[in-house]
Amino acid sequence: MHLEGNVVCLGADIDTDVIIAGRYLRTKDRQVWVEHVFEDLDPSLGARLRGSVLVAGRNFGCGSSREQAAVALKEAGLIAVIAPSFSRIFFRNAINVGLPVVEGECHCASGDHVVIDLDEGVVICGGARTPVRPLSARMQEILRAGGLVPLWRSKKQ
Amino acid sequence: MSTLSERILGAAAGDYVDAEVDRAYVHDGTGVLTLEAWKEMGCPGPAHPERLYILFDHIVPANNSTTATLQKELREFARSRGIHFSDIGGGVCHQIMGEGEVLPGEIVVGADSHSCTLGAFGAFATGVGATDMAAVWASGTTWFRVPETIAVRLSGSFNSAVEAKDLALTVVSKLGMDGASYRALEYIGEGTKSLSMEGRLTMTNLATEAGAKTGLFYADDVTRAYLLQFGHRVENQVPEPCTYACEVRIDLGDLVPVVAPPPRVDSARPVASLEGLPLDQVFVGTCTNGRFEDLQRFASIVRDKKVIVRTIVIPSSAGVLRKAADTGVLSTIVASGCTIGTPGCGPCLGAHMGVIGEGEVCLSTANRNFTNRMGIGGSVYLASVATAAASALKGVLTVPEVNHAP
Repeated sequence: MHLEGNVVCLGADIDTDVIIAGRYLRTKDRQVWVEHVFEDLDPSLGARLRGSVLVAGRNFGCGSSREQAAVALKEAGLIAVIAPSFSRIFFRNAINVGLPVVEGECHCASGDHVVIDLDEGVVICGGARTPVRPLSARMQEILRAGGLVPLWRSKKQ
Repeated sequence: MSTLSERILGAAAGDYVDAEVDRAYVHDGTGVLTLEAWKEMGCPGPAHPERLYILFDHIVPANNSTTATLQKELREFARSRGIHFSDIGGGVCHQIMGEGEVLPGEIVVGADSHSCTLGAFGAFATGVGATDMAAVWASGTTWFRVPETIAVRLSGSFNSAVEAKDLALTVVSKLGMDGASYRALEYIGEGTKSLSMEGRLTMTNLATEAGAKTGLFYADDVTRAYLLQFGHRVENQVPEPCTYACEVRIDLGDLVPVVAPPPRVDSARPVASLEGLPLDQVFVGTCTNGRFEDLQRFASIVRDKKVIVRTIVIPSSAGVLRKAADTGVLSTIVASGCTIGTPGCGPCLGAHMGVIGEGEVCLSTANRNFTNRMGIGGSVYLASVATAAASALKGVLTVPEVNHAP
């Protein structure tokens, strides 16, 4: 799987409350989550996610298990998240909703162009190739299907 | 030789396993998305409704018609499929599962990050997202990467003003918010013996705040006596020599009451260092500290006194509320001027029942103090029940003096 986009950098310990606040959870309307994604961190950030790759510090997605956080990022058009480490529930949620998450260091700045080669397990930015932790075969299968729900549906057919 | 997680999951740390799930639960928040994902999967079932629980706690009673309609659908689904169901007022999902549902050695998943709470019974209990939960509904199984384990070795016993919450916040601050990422915490050592079942539940509840997959106590005489109340006869789990990733040692006698200022849970410092901080609200409750012992401890400190800041007390379950009523604990709390809320999560997640205003400060016995968590522009400081009680009486952050005998 080959992914690319322009980088948006964020700090460490980005929690799911700031990705999507608890006050917006009581709905099935995904557009609500897109409209309010990162509202409490930086209200202008949501509009910059489409076609972008988030490069964050460690422990991205910590806190609440709310899957709306991963869904909001995916629906906002984010290509992938790269971070040295993720909160484990967010990590699984992201894979399950078809949002690629890449565990590794990526030395780049906001606005840089980054290329992710999930098959080879590298991130390329400014000519530098950085190895990243490979995803398990099962996780790659889920991502290729576009998420766990589409994977289940395809297996039934 | 295995850690408790390895023993329960039947594989070595680092291995991936597909496991049968003994119990799986969702609440009114995550249940909605789980049901959506499960419907989209198009599977018959659920596979084992007798292992599934839908427990309403996050916004109870419903705060508006959107919530009410979402809850109506989930309620009807639970009833039509023979799934265990607890309606509004039943209590917090983790508390209900801890009232004689989860047993030692079981594999438990909950669609909530604090599902690690149930590890206090010697179960492997962890949080999952809604889509993972939908797959559990569909198949009765899920996959895990067997975690490495960090040992938290406890010795000694608490000083009277210190309680399990101070220990839990201290452990998180020692490890850091991601210090136990992808790993399990095992609480071991002589010091565990003096921890009540309820105190242990407070400890394991905060495991996820250090990034841990779960936190576990070995089932012992305390566990057995507690579960016997619910008619369960269980065996002790005997620890065996095993390999830990690392070990944190804590003498319980060294601990002091601590407070975790926002916006990080790993920020614990002595209450004494922030004493006098003005408070706008005190909140006692949640899956962390809304159990009977907590209410009893709170009542023992506020008895025959008046709180001078608005104080919300929410029992974590209907069972806790009933016991508090039967024992006079509830009337003591009400007489001191506190407001009582419906058993459930209350304002912890900032949805209702005590949301704070811009610039306001809430001292809370809950487990999260993230930015805007309990209301836009408000600040949440985390502390123990005794600190909350002492502070409610003064209106400012106050070091609790002694644990008044109940």
